[in-house]
Amino acid sequence: MQQRTQRLPYRKAGTYLTLALVSVLVAFPLLLALSYSFMSESEIATFPPPVLPARPTFDNYGRVLATIPIGRYLLNSFVVSSVVVIGQLVTASLAAYAFSFLVFRGRQLLFFLFLSTLMIPWEATIIPNYMTIRSLGWLDTYQGLAVPFLATAFGTFLLRQAFLQIPRELWDAARIDGATTFRFLRDVVIPLSRPALGTVAIYGFLSTYNQYFWPLLVTNQTLMRTTQVGIAQLRFEETLRWGLVMAGVIMVAAPTLALLVLGQRQLIRGLTAGAVKG
Amino acid sequence: MRWTRRDLRSLGVGLVYLAPALFIFVVFVFIPLGRTFYLSLFHTRVTGATSSFAGLDHYIDLLTSETFRSGLTATGLFAVYTVPIGIILGLVLAVLLNQRLRAINVFRTMMASTIAISAAVGALIWLLLFSPSLGLLNYVLSLVGIRGPEWLIQPTIAIIAVSITTIWLTLGTNIIVLLAGLQGIPEEIYEAARLDGARGARMFTRITVPMVSPSLFFLLVVDTIAVLQAFTQIHLLTRGGPVDATRTIVYGIYLDAFQNFQFGFASAESVVLFTLVLVLTIIQFRFVERRVHYQ
Repeated sequence: MQQRTQRLPYRKAGTYLTLALVSVLVAFPLLLALSYSFMSESEIATFPPPVLPARPTFDNYGRVLATIPIGRYLLNSFVVSSVVVIGQLVTASLAAYAFSFLVFRGRQLLFFLFLSTLMIPWEATIIPNYMTIRSLGWLDTYQGLAVPFLATAFGTFLLRQAFLQIPRELWDAARIDGATTFRFLRDVVIPLSRPALGTVAIYGFLSTYNQYFWPLLVTNQTLMRTTQVGIAQLRFEETLRWGLVMAGVIMVAAPTLALLVLGQRQLIRGLTAGAVKG
Repeated sequence: MRWTRRDLRSLGVGLVYLAPALFIFVVFVFIPLGRTFYLSLFHTRVTGATSSFAGLDHYIDLLTSETFRSGLTATGLFAVYTVPIGIILGLVLAVLLNQRLRAINVFRTMMASTIAISAAVGALIWLLLFSPSLGLLNYVLSLVGIRGPEWLIQPTIAIIAVSITTIWLTLGTNIIVLLAGLQGIPEEIYEAARLDGARGARMFTRITVPMVSPSLFFLLVVDTIAVLQAFTQIHLLTRGGPVDATRTIVYGIYLDAFQNFQFGFASAESVVLFTLVLVLTIIQFRFVERRVHYQ
């Protein structure tokens, strides 16, 4: 319900106050993590539990760097996520192009085959997939972390929707000009579909960067761990140092939060693609 | 219908474009799904290699297994605690955010921030909040005179703790989806209802809720599937315990396959998981199809 803003001023102030309070409440766990990351362990142990650091310190961040190879974890996660994003963009563009511009028998059937992968939870196939990666000798490698995710049915579906918006006349004109099928994809379809490609990219990056189960299974060496599995190790240390854990949490969450702020529009388009228009 | 040369040629061109994605799907989705079914019919060695044919033994074991039945219960409770509350909370916040105000985007970003938060990060933060000695949660409860429980130690409470964490993690997505649904409601409908004298709560239950019902239904299915697949928060908060209280189907698969090395049995559990998700997805597709016809 889009309400009007021409109200009494105090009501408007009340609305803002409510919004501010609720926002802080929803984001509270995150804000608390940020706050704790600047507290000394002795301050965290005081009662009642503190909310804001009395004497903010950066020590925890230094200690994270000394305790776990977090730089390496970030590097691993960025490499794997980038490879997945590029791979998904390529495979999904090609497939979406076939499903939108090319006409061939069996297209419908193949499209349903693509969509059917959405019904298969990754966790239900994780045992054979683990065995595949192991038998390829890909445990503790970037390819073991990335290759299974190089295709995306959701992304293909999203790009197909975008490609279908492109006027058919452009295709006909390009054919008359003698452009090949592939050149039309590269020179016309891709440049016209930047927003949708952005959505697929951000989505792919976030979901890969935030993975936990798969990297936990296929990496054993410390140096091949990704960020999520890496910081989780802090939880299983003998003494839980909360300042340290929260500093790690902030370092790991920072890139995704930055992505949220920068790519919010693309992200929202992706999330609502399935829900709003059936 | 006969295949002409041209049919084959155009199919060939199409397949060239589909090949990269299709290859990944065949190797990492379709064949593994088949292998999951296959493995579920065999006894396996610790390496995962099949040793002897088991027939339906694993499935019979599942049906009679106390652990698996309690796993189904845990999964069901997890869904019941998480999904409805998560959606209702998301709707309330989405309505709050659906106002034409200056700087509303700042609030939207803040409330939707959990979209970007990984389950591992979320679980670690909530682990601190649930902490009996240092946690803020029980301290805040004590301020209003409630003696907070030992969140991760009492079996009946641990699944609630996992659910609270999950509600928070999915809140961002729920808000965004419902906000988009709310923005799709034409202003004229509200105008008409207002002329008919509808206000406040009545407007909400009679207009808003029915109009966003497609989004609500979408989230009901998607959030339930997400709960069925949840692993990280359980691994970091409770490790399936105490006494299997949070050993959901997925966590059972992890324990049986990768801790106990019973790959055949764990594959049978995977088949159950697959079936559940399949049924939910079919329900959703059916529903979406019907809506399209109505429009």
